[in-house]
Amino acid sequence: MAPLANYLVLAAILFALGVWGVLRNRNALIIFMCIELMLNAVNLTFMGFSAYLNDYSGQVFVFLIMAVAAAEVAVGLAIIVSIFRHKENVNVDEINVMKW
Amino acid sequence: MANVIFYILAIIVLACGFMVVTRKNAINAALYLVVAMAAIAGLFAQLGSLFIAALQVIVYAGAIIVLFLFVIMMLNLKRDEFGFDSRLFQRLFGLILGIIFIIQLILIVSRFRPGLPAQAIDPAMGNAAAMSKKLFMQYLYPFEIVSVLLLAALIGAVVMASKRKDR
Repeated sequence: MAPLANYLVLAAILFALGVWGVLRNRNALIIFMCIELMLNAVNLTFMGFSAYLNDYSGQVFVFLIMAVAAAEVAVGLAIIVSIFRHKENVNVDEINVMKW
Repeated sequence: MANVIFYILAIIVLACGFMVVTRKNAINAALYLVVAMAAIAGLFAQLGSLFIAALQVIVYAGAIIVLFLFVIMMLNLKRDEFGFDSRLFQRLFGLILGIIFIIQLILIVSRFRPGLPAQAIDPAMGNAAAMSKKLFMQYLYPFEIVSVLLLAALIGAVVMASKRKDR
C-alpha cells in the first residue's frame, strides 16, 4: 500500500473540496453531493487507518457511515422534493424562512 | 506499482471532486460524482478490503447516485433554473475559507506521528467473513441501531415526500 500519509492528505484535500462546494454552491442538490464527498473523505481516512493498523474496526465504521449516508440522502432528498413542491425552487438563498 | 495506482486514482478522485463542486448543472455534478465514487472504491480495493470496495460501488455509485438522478428528474427544473449564480462574495469567501481549511487539515496531518509501526497487510484483510465477525460480535448493537435508523429514514422519506391531501 501507499504510505498512510498519502491517504490522509488525499482525504484532507477531498474534505476541503466538499467544504468549498457547500460554501460555494446555491443549488441544494449540489450541496448534498458535496456532503457526500466529505463523507467519502472521512471513509477514506477510516480505511487508511484500518489498513495501517491492521484492524477491522475502521471498516466496520465505514460500513455504518455508508448506512447513515444512505439514510441522510433519502431524508434530505425527500425534504428537497417537499420544498420544491412549496416554492418551485431549490436555491438555498431563497429558502430562508427558518432563518428568522 | 501500488504508488502509481494510488496516484492515478487520487488524481481521478480530486479532478472529479473539483468538477462536482464547480458544475452548475446538477446532472453533470451527479455524473462526475459517480466517477469519483468509483475511483474511491478503487482506492479501497487497493487497500485490500474488497468487501467495502464492492459496498462503495453498490451503495454510493449505485443507490445514492440513482436516487439523486431520480430526484433531479422528478424536480424537472427548467434550463435556467438548473444553475444558480451564487453571489460573488459567496464564491470568494467559499474559496478563501476552503483554502484556510485545507491548510489547517494538511498541518494537522503533517504533525501526525503514528505511534505504531506500519504493519504488512494481512492477506485476509478485507475478507468479508473476518469483517462480519467483528461487525456481528463486537459491533452488534451499532449495527442494529443503524438498521433501525435506516427504517426510520425510509418511513420519514415517504412521509415527507408524499403529497399531503389535508392542505
